[in-house]
Amino acid sequence: MPLLEVKNLHVEIDGKEILKGVDLAVNAGEVHAIMGPNGSGKSTLAYVLAGKQDYTPTAGDVLFNGKNIFAMAPDERAAAGLFLAFQYPLEIPGVATMTFLRTALNAQRKKRGDAELSTPEFIKKVREVAGKLGIDQEMLRRAVNVGFSGGEKKRNEILQMALLEPALAVLDETDSGLDIDALKIVADGVNRLRAPWRAFVVITHYQRLLNYIVPDVVHVLSRGRIAKTGGKELALELEAHGYAEFQEEAAA
Amino acid sequence: MNTMADVKVIKTEAETALAQAYAAARDRLPGDDAVASQRAAAFALFAKEGLPHRRIEEWKYTDLRALMREAKPLAAPPDAAAKARAKTAAAFLGDVETRRLVFVDGAFVPELSDLSELEPGLTVGSLADALSDGDPAVLAHVGKVAPKGDLAVALNTAFMGDGAVIRIAAGATIERPLHLCFVAAPKPAASFVRSLVVAAPGARAMLIESHEGPSGSDYQVNAALELVVGDGAHVDHVKIVAEGAAALHISTLAAAVGAKARFNAFTFTMGGAVVRNQIFLNFDGEDTVAGIRGATLIGGRQHADTTLFANHIARGCQSREVFKTVLDGEAHGVFQGRIVVRRGAQKTDAKMMTQALLLSDRAEADNKPELEIFADDVQCGHGATSGALDDELKFYLMARGIPAAQAEALLIQAFLGEAIDGIEHAGLREALMDCAVGWLNARGGR
Repeated sequence: MPLLEVKNLHVEIDGKEILKGVDLAVNAGEVHAIMGPNGSGKSTLAYVLAGKQDYTPTAGDVLFNGKNIFAMAPDERAAAGLFLAFQYPLEIPGVATMTFLRTALNAQRKKRGDAELSTPEFIKKVREVAGKLGIDQEMLRRAVNVGFSGGEKKRNEILQMALLEPALAVLDETDSGLDIDALKIVADGVNRLRAPWRAFVVITHYQRLLNYIVPDVVHVLSRGRIAKTGGKELALELEAHGYAEFQEEAAA
Repeated sequence: MNTMADVKVIKTEAETALAQAYAAARDRLPGDDAVASQRAAAFALFAKEGLPHRRIEEWKYTDLRALMREAKPLAAPPDAAAKARAKTAAAFLGDVETRRLVFVDGAFVPELSDLSELEPGLTVGSLADALSDGDPAVLAHVGKVAPKGDLAVALNTAFMGDGAVIRIAAGATIERPLHLCFVAAPKPAASFVRSLVVAAPGARAMLIESHEGPSGSDYQVNAALELVVGDGAHVDHVKIVAEGAAALHISTLAAAVGAKARFNAFTFTMGGAVVRNQIFLNFDGEDTVAGIRGATLIGGRQHADTTLFANHIARGCQSREVFKTVLDGEAHGVFQGRIVVRRGAQKTDAKMMTQALLLSDRAEADNKPELEIFADDVQCGHGATSGALDDELKFYLMARGIPAAQAEALLIQAFLGEAIDGIEHAGLREALMDCAVGWLNARGGR
């Protein structure tokens, strides 16, 4: 059984159909890349998996560990092991990063029936994870993402992922706006987390990130459908020829 | 009934009851002839104007004529049972250490108050005693700081029975916060308290003023505090309105602040059916720094109004005003903030921000910031926002596994934090945030 199974998924936003029958199966241990031109529905797919409101599935199913996720609230999906690294992580003035991380981690643990971490246990864990990712302790003392650079925000997403240890991580254009050093840190964070029981869906516009996070499967999403699926060489092909072929195909 | 053919204003039931109460009580209220004539003048103003209503600009959103259907009888001296209940008052302060002065139904209760080992330079007494004794140091200030033309103040002056009188000598630092703890007795009554705090030049003190009472009783409180902050003094005032659910609460803070002083005032409102917090602040001396902040959490059909008048008279003063209101249910929140910069108040730096967070479609927030500037070299600004919780932020928190109610609570705490963080006393900051969390948790159950 695949970890994630998307079957004939149709999604509307404000009455406009964005996803028009997406099929996708991701097995544990795999890294799938989803590439595609702007407006093809990549972020919509990410958001609908995470459960954002106003992203209304009109047909199809999404099974996570064999269980339909549409009836689950976003926090329930997170506790079940689904993580979305946001393309644009939000700033939350007044909420301390440590409070946010601890609340999230303990809420998930509580929902799974695990004991909540005490403050010292939690601090030890965060320091450990942040240290591995090369994240400055000073960043943790600020309000969530407030005053963070673009790179810091993305690194903070990876920190959250490493801390929450999801079974499936969806990375929505985590490479956008990153310089090469930041990109390597993010990729390194992902690679460290690769495990036989965990899968990644890496959404990206560019092939560049895939030099560092090597995918098992590459999909091209175009006009709300998976237009082509292949191995990692498909990413290089796209880099060389662009998306024109798929846009024309879809338009035809 | 209010149906009338001619222009003569017919008194409401409450106005008539207040007139009768005044006639019956004026001879036994404390004070000499001078105080009696102060009372008479104040009541005459009320008799002429009546209860303030929506056609009076300052009361536009808090129509007391409509909201105050009846006037409760003046509170009798508290009985033993009422005093016993007051022993457990102010649980919301948690473990904040204070010197507590307890008032039940407006009457000072020395046996519940901590009057032992007063710090050097601290004098504590009751207004009733001071008025009865004709204490000239008290009479010199009472009625001089609060604005005479305000109708809530006028009623307070007419009926003032008791209250705290606190003096802090020049240069004295009072480490323990002084807590004026006002508790209503179970039997619905009206209390009119007037307190006076005089911080001499260079004095340092923190005042906590709390108001609470039984939730099933529609009692009425009219409290006023006149505060004199001397040159170079540093005074913090934190008021907590935790009145019972059916109470009518009107309170006034009137402060006259000297030169090079520091003054912080915080108003925390979560209780009461109808609440009106009034703040009148005169910057009489140069180069003073003031922070005037507040947080209000209301739901159900609660009505809470904060009306602020900051009067910059002297030059070079800085004031920061931050008021946050969280509204649920059909609650109605009002903020009126008026900053006036007089001609002589050059180099004034005044900034006011008021924000309302609406958790329900049926809640209403009225924000009215006003700036009147007569000087030409000042920095002044104001802003007002109202809106719902940010769904994007909520989704971000939920996507990390935080359940909806907890995500909302985090965001609301963050919203309030911008105001509450202005309180210098760390223990009190925590106690008020705990109150807010308690309110948010209870909200989940509503």
